[in-house]
Amino acid sequence: MALNAKIPEGPLKDKWQNYLAKTHIVNPANRKKLDVIVVGGGLSGGGAAASLAELGYNVKVFFFQDSARRSHSVAAQGGVNAAKNYKNDGDNVYRMFYDTIKGGDFRSREANVYRMAEVSVDLIDHMVAQGVPFGREYSGYLSNRSFGGVLVSRTFYARGQTGQQLLMATYQAMMKQVKVGKLKQYNRHEILDIVVVNGKARGIIARNLDTGEIERHAAHAVVFGTGGFGKIFYLSTLAMNSNGSANWRAHKKGAYFANPSWTQIHPTALPQAGEHQSKLTLMSESLRNDGRIWVPKKKDETRAPGDIPEEDRDYYLERRYPAFGNLVPRDVASRAAKERMDAGHGVGPLKNAVYLDFKTAIDKLGIETIKERYGNLFTMYEKITAINAYKEPMKISPAAHFSMGGLWVDYELQTTIPGLFAVGEANFADHGANRLGANSLLQASVDGNFILPNTISNYLSDEIRTGKISTDSPEFEEAEKAVKQQVEKILAIKGTMPVDKIHRRLGKIMFKEVAMSRNEKGLKWAIEEIKKLRKEFWENVAVPGDQNGPNSELEKAGRLADYLEIAELMAVDALNRKESCGAHFREDFQTEDGEAMRDDENFMYSSAWEWINGENWKLHKEPLEFTEVKPTVRSYK
Amino acid sequence: MKLTLKIWRQENAKTKGKMVTYEMSDLSQDMSFLEMLDVLNESLAIKGERVIEFDHDCREGICGQCSLVINGQAHGPESHYTTCQTHLRSFNDGDTLYIEPFRANSFPVIRDLKVDRSSMDRIIQAGGYISSFTGMAPEANAIPIHHDIAESAFDSAACIGCGACVATCKNSSAALFVSAKISHLAKLPQGKIEREERVQWMVNAHDDEGFGSCTNTGACAMVCPQEVQLIDITRMNFEYNRAVCHSKE
Repeated sequence: MALNAKIPEGPLKDKWQNYLAKTHIVNPANRKKLDVIVVGGGLSGGGAAASLAELGYNVKVFFFQDSARRSHSVAAQGGVNAAKNYKNDGDNVYRMFYDTIKGGDFRSREANVYRMAEVSVDLIDHMVAQGVPFGREYSGYLSNRSFGGVLVSRTFYARGQTGQQLLMATYQAMMKQVKVGKLKQYNRHEILDIVVVNGKARGIIARNLDTGEIERHAAHAVVFGTGGFGKIFYLSTLAMNSNGSANWRAHKKGAYFANPSWTQIHPTALPQAGEHQSKLTLMSESLRNDGRIWVPKKKDETRAPGDIPEEDRDYYLERRYPAFGNLVPRDVASRAAKERMDAGHGVGPLKNAVYLDFKTAIDKLGIETIKERYGNLFTMYEKITAINAYKEPMKISPAAHFSMGGLWVDYELQTTIPGLFAVGEANFADHGANRLGANSLLQASVDGNFILPNTISNYLSDEIRTGKISTDSPEFEEAEKAVKQQVEKILAIKGTMPVDKIHRRLGKIMFKEVAMSRNEKGLKWAIEEIKKLRKEFWENVAVPGDQNGPNSELEKAGRLADYLEIAELMAVDALNRKESCGAHFREDFQTEDGEAMRDDENFMYSSAWEWINGENWKLHKEPLEFTEVKPTVRSYK
Repeated sequence: MKLTLKIWRQENAKTKGKMVTYEMSDLSQDMSFLEMLDVLNESLAIKGERVIEFDHDCREGICGQCSLVINGQAHGPESHYTTCQTHLRSFNDGDTLYIEPFRANSFPVIRDLKVDRSSMDRIIQAGGYISSFTGMAPEANAIPIHHDIAESAFDSAACIGCGACVATCKNSSAALFVSAKISHLAKLPQGKIEREERVQWMVNAHDDEGFGSCTNTGACAMVCPQEVQLIDITRMNFEYNRAVCHSKE
């Protein structure tokens, strides 16, 4: 199938308005005849679910957490971007669009990015109206801070818990729709497959995680707000149960997977302390507004950070990138940290960290200002490490964080399966090869609240005469049978290798060769190792218990089975792209001073992979056409 | 370090549960409490035994899904921590720890340490929202809000809905949880329009769900991971009385 991105006609700045003016919409009286299934209750899925219910569609929302308020959007700390230009610092929609395109290293779709910047303005209005207590100036007006990769202050924040506050607003909007009966929520439900009938997405197979029951649910359209799959690295900033399974199941049913290898490695997470570690907690990028990053100039330095004089410190970001300094984009900051650590300048017991130091800021602004800006982050840091970061620098380290890749979607956010839409991190469209800080909450929220409800109507307008979708069709039966067989197969193995042990090994392979720095030999090695590990999983995984009730090992095993397949496609994707761009850094394609070297002539496209079988994929290329911007060498020097 | 764990095991809400003892050794002080349970579960899985079911997700103290009572204290020995933020350095080598689910009539046990907290969702459904649909909002800076009011609203809005307040309360009251939402929204100009219906609907829903009454003991505020303040309960009572008086006028 040829890819059609369905980008509307007209100049970039008019495309979204042109689309809205001409797209088909559904009469309010007909909306109540239409059912929509939303998978995921976070900012993108929850926003879509609430907004669609408000419009009058019948919505069912599924999520594995015990409440939608726990979706992983909750953990985003620093903020959400919007081109409000409240600071009078020269910001506007075009500048935000340009920053995002450049931040993504000219590997995203112009029209989508422009729309995200355009709608950002409405999103802040919406969230304020919902009661989000954003930070304010003493005048009572909204306050802003700055994030990496930009020269303006366009980030809105609610202390260090912005994601939580946006999610609460979204969750509350959902709860209102539950109350009025337009939205039905299925908590502790995990989707195990999607059902395609006559080429259209018509429902899902879900497992009730409390009772173990396998359920069929039908609808006229399905929306995935299923998030990212960074947990594939085992150690990541993601929640323990975040997973890539829904997206992967859809991929196997015909949805193309785009740029799967583009994973953002976040520069400021807590370093791993030992083998037992399950999670690398993120420290917000906003800390780089006031914190300075450095390592000792001397290899294997033994002095405590406070005892190392200025002349023996290497503020390597300020040294290498004087224009942006500590606020370079994440991919650049992570690679620079890795370079210093690999050169023997890492700090901490495992030499796997760099310092993030607030002394200069505290001396200049006073401890109270720093407390108000970042108090909860310092408290969180102390709870985990028992270190007071007002007195000594934090130790931070790069960690797997965000999936820029995801399900391929067109301008309408529809995947290559008609009737299946993907919103937020689950899709691929807006961030290119590197996401800018505070654009994640933005994309999730605008996709869910403002974009999807206006594009799904174009699809649903053809469904008003369809009538109820039945779950009795052979397609549902087959999908349910396949799901049950897989569950039984996993339980029958009764091996000796716990799920997490295999997952940790997968994570090590991936972090070594399919993360910050890649090369052909390493990627080929990774593919072989992944295959071996997959074989071992299916021969020797230890999943005790049964399927007739809660069984967390069974849940984890199902997710890992998919990760072991996704991992291979990530490596295949990275191998195919013989250039460096954004987070995808190929050692064989770099400039003399170690910066990424793009190859616009041969790789100015998004890779969309079609599933053939477990070992083979077909590559489809969506060419990226830049009409408004001229791709340049991305420089933050 | 070594620890003796006495962990609550219960098949489901209808069966009786009991404490089961597990001996743990070779633990590191830097391990988080839940990582210790991961290690224990891995050892059970290798033996083919059913693992201990417990709720957890973000493991950084913000999602509110983790929910254990450790040695009689909701979320463990440190004040204002979640269970996932608790590390073994808070315990001594050789300690015996009693690990139980959050106990309350309104939180039925699902299995082992997992409980059903959907009663808290239903309280929010009753009125814990602002009825502004997508698309309705005015320009954000059209509603100036004093810095201190916004900060104070945030203090209440920070509630993570974990239910530790309920688990620790002798009456299993969810007053702190309910009052945090009422206060968050009542403090802000956007939330004032619906304040009277909201407080009555939410307080009634709280009682209908079987949560107990508040006696202002304050144990809830002692354990709250987000340090939601007891004054929010006072504010809830004020809002409730104000709403009832107004509706009688």
